[in-house]
Order: sequence, then structure tokens, then C-alpha cells
Amino acid sequence: MNLTLRVWRQKGPQDKGGFVDYPAKDVSPDSSFLEMLDRVNEELESRGEEPIAFDHDCREGICGMCSMMINGYPHGLEKGTTACQLHMRHFSDGQTITIEPWRVKPFPIVRDLITDRTAFDRIIQAGGYVSVNTGSAPEANMIPISKEIADAAFDVAACIGCGACAASCPNGSAMLFVSAKVTHLNGLPQGEPELLERTRRMVEQMDAEGFGNCSNHRECEVACPKEIQMRNISKMNRDFIRSSVLSRVFGTNGKS
Amino acid sequence: MKLDAKIPSGPIAEKWDTHRFQMKLVNPANKRKHTVIVVGTGLAGASASASMAELGYHVLSFCYQDSPRRAHSIAAQGGINAAKNYQNDGDSIYRLFYDTVKGGDYRAREANVYRLAQVSVNIIDQCVAQGVPFARDYGGLLANRSFGGTQVSRTFYARGQTGQQLLLGAYQALARQIDAGGVKHYSRMEMLDLIVIDGYARGIVTRNMVTGEIRSWVADAVILATGGYSNVYYLSTNAMGCNVTAAWRAHRRGAGFANPCFTQIHPTCIPVAGEEQSKLTLMSESLRNDGRIWVPKKKDDTRPASQIPESDRDYYLERRYPAFGNLVPRDVASRAAKERCDAGYGVGATKYGVYLDFADAINRLGRPAIEDRYGNLFEMYEKITAENPYETPMRIYPAPHYTMGGLWVDYNLMTTIPGLHAIGEANFSDHGANRLGASALMQGLADGYFILPYTIGNFLATTKLAPVSEDHPECKKIEAEAKERIQKLLSAKGKRTVDDFHRQLGRLIWNEVGMSRKREGLEKTIREIPAMREEFWANVTVPGSGDHLNQSLEKAGRVADFFEFAEVMARDALQREESCGGHFREEHQTEEGEAKRDDENMSYAAVWEFQGVGNEPTLHKEPLEFEYCKPTQRSYK
Ligand SMILES: Cc1cc2nc3c(=O)[nH]c(=O)nc-3n(C[C@H](O)[C@H](O)[C@H](O)COP(=O)(O)OP(=O)(O)OC[C@H]3O[C@@H](n4cnc5c(N)ncnc54)[C@H](O)[C@@H]3O)c2cc1C
Ligand code: FES
Repeated sequence: MNLTLRVWRQKGPQDKGGFVDYPAKDVSPDSSFLEMLDRVNEELESRGEEPIAFDHDCREGICGMCSMMINGYPHGLEKGTTACQLHMRHFSDGQTITIEPWRVKPFPIVRDLITDRTAFDRIIQAGGYVSVNTGSAPEANMIPISKEIADAAFDVAACIGCGACAASCPNGSAMLFVSAKVTHLNGLPQGEPELLERTRRMVEQMDAEGFGNCSNHRECEVACPKEIQMRNISKMNRDFIRSSVLSRVFGTNGKS
Repeated sequence: MKLDAKIPSGPIAEKWDTHRFQMKLVNPANKRKHTVIVVGTGLAGASASASMAELGYHVLSFCYQDSPRRAHSIAAQGGINAAKNYQNDGDSIYRLFYDTVKGGDYRAREANVYRLAQVSVNIIDQCVAQGVPFARDYGGLLANRSFGGTQVSRTFYARGQTGQQLLLGAYQALARQIDAGGVKHYSRMEMLDLIVIDGYARGIVTRNMVTGEIRSWVADAVILATGGYSNVYYLSTNAMGCNVTAAWRAHRRGAGFANPCFTQIHPTCIPVAGEEQSKLTLMSESLRNDGRIWVPKKKDDTRPASQIPESDRDYYLERRYPAFGNLVPRDVASRAAKERCDAGYGVGATKYGVYLDFADAINRLGRPAIEDRYGNLFEMYEKITAENPYETPMRIYPAPHYTMGGLWVDYNLMTTIPGLHAIGEANFSDHGANRLGASALMQGLADGYFILPYTIGNFLATTKLAPVSEDHPECKKIEAEAKERIQKLLSAKGKRTVDDFHRQLGRLIWNEVGMSRKREGLEKTIREIPAMREEFWANVTVPGSGDHLNQSLEKAGRVADFFEFAEVMARDALQREESCGGHFREEHQTEEGEAKRDDENMSYAAVWEFQGVGNEPTLHKEPLEFEYCKPTQRSYK
């Protein structure tokens, strides 16, 4: 099939950027969306033009690197699918496809479709872990965990950190991402000792990065390629309230 | 080049303990005075950086992705082995050791493998304590499955996303140390070269992939945890960015490269669909527990699978290997699929595919049971092929997946360049000529959490290093070389894209140094590569400049290194006059077409020393001795 791509091109963070149209010719319906972009890029390169820059690595929907708005939706419209897993058979001949980067303030555009998502790393650094040094772990089966709790932890731990939640949210909120990690760890006995401090610090870091608030638009849940659910946000909010009350009474344990 | 494996003396079960006692320790107060560079944030790199920072070392960490959490380890599906014997089915450290040496077709170093089996149990403890949500039984204890044809259930897993969950555990441990200040991490920073000063690895040169800045970093030791080189084949199950650059640059600076021809071709991947294909997708090996593999008995049978009656189907693995059937090891299953397809019995549009059929299992166990076991894999298959595996059999074909070869290391995981260590898939490994399923994750984490953090201490405590800074003339010289190389790539301004060259190289290597190899083809490959390489440098097009984010340039640098590396891969395959593990030489097979190993003459690790591009490298040999696992011919009949 033949398509027209309307692609956001921007040389760097300071550049104004704008849309440029490219034809995508003889696209095989069996190729993936990124393979379709590869073809267009190879054509540009053979003419000595700079290809469209986009992030990708695993191309299996698990690394979270690919990130683009396809016709206005993060990773496109297919449910539970990353851009790299989207196949061209979901598009029709003659269609125009608009491709843009994530538009979220804390994710500045680096070039074309590539943004800087290190804000997510900094949120994890603010407590998204269990403090256990190598070698100090007890025998694994000393911590029995019911299958339900373990399965629930897995469901949220499946987050790939792509940022689609924030990109889909009219407020640019990262609550789905943050709550996924918070509920994964807070829900397990291993994560319980640091529950309050973890929640408070991660939420504070999220705010400091400039992510917006959650006002229940529910776009994030629809956009999430791993189908992580919004009820995690309310769980996190409960822990956060407990944490802020307690820290007001007892102080913040030396860490800010 | 001197190869001293530094294997501690004494009985195998005591070697590691003895060694740990004999190693010198760094005074706790001195640890923070030592800087260590770790390139890579996969299972091996992230676990090593976190553990060393916990000990007090000052760690500089690097990766090429935009976040350490995206290293290729994230994609591992099936599971991780450990000799916990939770299932009470007769597993033990010794059995895991034995299975790994045997599975590797007796081309691994016994002492290392034994240590790997020993620390495997600590890995599971560590990961569980970090909050890794492994699968559990209803009683709340950890669940196991059997994987890759072993007779015990020792594989721990987190649905089909074990690598993701283990990597996030290690990433979080790393994040904690970044938070605490012990690790400085740099994403989108690609290592382009190694800095060797006075015979010691003292740093690296990187390119900032956003700004294009080329700069040096110095340290007291350098650790490469940069993964495997399956992408030399162009199409593989690896992530797009996986490369040989870091290891190859270290090799050029004097690190021996061991067994480059030992590569693993995984039997269950989705077949190539067309020319646009950019990578191949693995379908977990666990599928072979319930799926039956077959092809039509008639050549060029064009009937859809559903219309081919039982009597016209050839369940060739069950036929050839009645004892193991569909569960034969990876190398055997892959070659058998290739044999059938080469003979004209393949299925699908390209005829390079075989069926993996779940109809029997669905009849026997019911669809819900199959859904529970493999639901996410079936979904992934359907997303890619638009075929429903509950109704029609999957089509699969082997694909490059893992590389057993890598930088040669001694028992302390140090390469032939003092101070330069290699861990994870980047080193020539504990897996010999063939890796067993679920053992790469184990090895990466064993190296990073439990081995390197000890052995690095001994190196630092026993080595006197002169202080160096980034202004050292050697740093400046290597920076200049890196810049010059980039300039050369940019100024070729040729006609062909980097991908086009990569595809050409990949096709050649896949055909001649893939699932089966023969003298003629290998000699032809060694002859053809230099010309291809020359054409690459003369006729490649790399638009844009070096001082901004430039993905064509990144790829070009990696492919240029693959062009040098591929040659030694072919040479290695040529000198190995036997068939063992993933390396099958057509000249060395039994009458029934099975692999024929030559223990008398080939029981060694082949270690190559660089002699300049285009010059024949020198071959060194580390003899392998088998005191505990006596080599036997593998037989799965
Ligand atoms: C699809 C798939 C499924 C698998 N499933 C399993 C399984 O079930 N069980 C199992 O045991 N094994 C499995 N494996 C194998 C296993 O995943 C890998 O061998 C292992 O994860 C490698 O880990 P690593 O830490 O050595 O390297 P990687 O995870 O590949 O990490 C490499 C790191 O090095 C960095 N890097 C590389 N080059 C440079 C450079 N030049 N400059 C800067 N940084 C660089 C990267 O950014 C990355 O951080 C699977 C592999 C694949 C492909
Ligand atoms: S490229 Fe890894 S999730 Fe899309």
C-alpha cells in the first residue's frame, strides 16, 4: 500500500520544528510500523538526507524505548501495543499518518521524535527500590507471598517506562507510571519497611520534575501498552496521604 | 599473549571458597578512592555497578540507550536457572554444574561453571529480596518449571518476562546507588574505544549521542558488560542496538577474543516474512514442552496445515530422537529444521519454516490450560503474523540468538589486558559451545552480583597504579583517532545505506557461518569480507554531521566493527575442525548426520590476538581439562 507520512522534524531542543510530508510507497501490510519508517529513512539516506530520528531498541514491546504519537495516540490506536509491535495491516491504502514526539513538558524534545525521559529515571532514584545490599538477602522461600499478591505485583511491575501515560494525559501527569512502581513495591512484604518514605519521595520527585496532576481523564489507562490500571493511582494516593501526615508528625527521617 | 586462567587449586567444590579467602581485600576506607568504569547496564553491568557501589567503590556507569532500564536483558523471556532443589527432584549444585558442562559440549572451563552453579542459589535470594515478582505456587512459595529439556525443574520465572523483572530489580539497585552518590550514570553515551596506559586498561573514550562530544574517562579498572554480537547476522532476536563495538575495540587494544564462532541459533523464532524485516522475534523455548514440531511428508505441499492428515505429517524430531523428541537441545532442533527446509519440506511463503502445533495439547489439557501457560506468547505471535495459533499451528524457524564467544577472561573475569574485565554475555563464557536455556540470566547476575565485586578488590589491592587524568597524551591520542574515524564515515558520501551493507554482511555470515559451516564456504567468506569492508568505507552514505544526534552515524560505527569482527568469526570456524555445540562443520558428522566432536585435538578455547585490520590474527589455545565431567558424546536418540 501507499501512504503519506506527516512527520514532526526538529533538529534540536532549541529548533522550532514543524511537520514535513513524506510518501511511503509499496508498504507491505506484514511489515511493522518501525520497519515502514526504516524504509522511508533508507530512501532519505540514499539521497543524502538526514533520516527521521526515533527511539527504538528491542522491537518486541518490552524495552519501552519506542515512543511516538501516531495519529494523535501514543503508540497508535491498537490496544495494549507499543509502536514497535504495531503492524501496517492496521492501516489502509492512501491514508495519511501523522507522527509526532511525546508532548510532555518534563520530556524535552531531543531531535525529531526523540524525547529526553530521564525524569522517569530520577523518580525511580527517589525511592523506587528496596534497600537490600548484595549478599544480605535471606533465603528466598523464607518470605512466602500468596499467589494473588505475587500476581498483582507482577501486573504492575510489567510497566515498561515508555511514558505513554504522561503523553496521553491532558495534564501531562505521570501518576500511572509512578503508582505502578509504588504499588509494586508497597504491596510486597519486602517493600513494606520503606513504604512511607518511598511514596513521599517519589511523589515529590514527580512534582519537582514538573509533571501535572491527575484529574481522572483516564486516558493513561487506555494508552498504556501494558494495560496498567488506574486503581493503582488511588492506592498510591492513600499511601501518600498516610506518609505526609506521618512525616509532618515525625519528620522525614533525614532525607528530603 | 599469555593465557593464564588462574584456576585455584584444590577440589572443585572448594576452589571458590579458597580463592575468596586468599584474595586480598581493599581497606574499606580506601575503596572510595578507587574509580571503576562499567560499560553496560544489562543484568551483568547493572548488578556489578550496584554491588561495587554498595561496597564503597566509586562507579562510572554507561549505556547507549536513553535509560539503563532498557538494556537488552529486558527482553529475556523464559527464566533463570538455580540449583535450589525446591522441587525435591534431585537437583544439586553438582547436577547444574554437570548439565552446563555437558550441555556446552565440553568446551567450557570446569572451575568457572562450578562456581556459577554455586552462586546460582544466592541470585534467587537476592532478587526475591529486591521485590522481583517470580511466579509462585498457591502455598506462596516459589514455582519452578523445567526448561530446555533438563530433567529437573530448576527454572525460576516471571511469566514470559523474566528478563524484564530481573533487570528492573538490578536497575532499581543501581538507581539506589545513583541516589546515594556511589554511581554516576551516563545514558546515551557510547563507548568508542578503550584507553590502555602502561599496559593497564585505564579508561574509555565515549561519544555523547546527543551532543556528539567525544571525551575520555579514566579509572583504575574498566568492566565491559556490553552483551553479545548476534547482530553480526543482521537479523537476530537481539535488540537493534546490540553490537560488538566495545568488545572489538578492546580486542584491537590487546584483549584476546575467544571462540567467536560459537553462536547459538535458537530453534523457535518467527520466520522471516519479507525484505523489510529488521529483526526476528523469539518464541520462548518453553513452547516446546507442549507443542509438536512437524513438516509435511510430501515436498512442496501447499495444502494448509489443517488439511494435511496425520498420515502425511512428519514429526521429524520425534522420529529422529525418540528419547527426547521435541525437547532436544537448541542446536540439534535448529539443525534438524534447517535440514528439512533445505530438503524442500518447509512451510509458509518462503518455505523456510516448520510447524509448531498445539492441537494435541489443547485436546489433552483444554484451551484454558494452554492459555494460562502461553497466553502472552500466542498473543505476540498473532500480533506479528495475524494468525491464531490456537487454531492453526505456529510457523517457526531458527534465528541467531546468543553468542557464547566473547572476550577471553581468567577465573577472576579479567581479560588479557590487566584491569580490563568482561562480564555477562560479553565474555567467552561458561556455556562452552552451546548455552542451555535460562543460563544466560544466571551467568550475567552471577558475574555482576557475586563474582566480579570480589575479584575486582583483589586486582585493586594488589596493583600499584600511577595516577592518570583525562589530559594524558594517550587519552588525547585515542580521542583523536575516534574523531578521525567518524570524519571518515561522514565524508565517504557514497550511495549505499549502512543497513544495506549490514544486510549484505549478515546474509553472507548467516549462509556460511550460521547453522552449518564447511571449509569451502568459510574460505570464501574470509576472501570476500575484505572487499566488502573496503566498499563499505568507500561507498557508505552517512548524512548529517558528528555533532548532533545522528543515528546513521551510530549504526555506521557499529557495522564497521562487525565488518572487522566477522572475519575472525569465519577464521575461528575454519580452524575448529570438529562439530561441537552450536558449531557444526559438515565435514565432521556421523553417518546419521549427527555432530562429531574431536576431544583429542580440539579440547581448547581458541583465543585470537589482533594483528591489524586485514592481517591474519594469531591463534592461542587454552587447553581445557575435564577432571569431573568426563566427555561423552551427547546422544538424544
Ligand atoms: C529474545 C531473547 C530472550 C532471551 N531469553 C532468555 C532466557 O529466558 N533466559 C536466559 O537465561 N537468557 C535469555 N536470553 C539471553 C540473555 O537475555 C542475554 O544473554 C543477557 O541478558 C545478556 O545480558 P548482559 O548484561 O550481558 O548484556 P545486555 O543486557 O545486552 O546489556 C548490554 C549493555 O551494554 C550497553 N552497551 C553495549 N555496547 C555499548 C557501547 N559501545 N557503549 C556503551 N554501552 C554499550 C548497552 O547499553 C546495555 O546496557 C535471551 C535473549 C534474547 C535475545
Ligand atoms: S522498541 Fe522496545 S518497546 Fe518498542
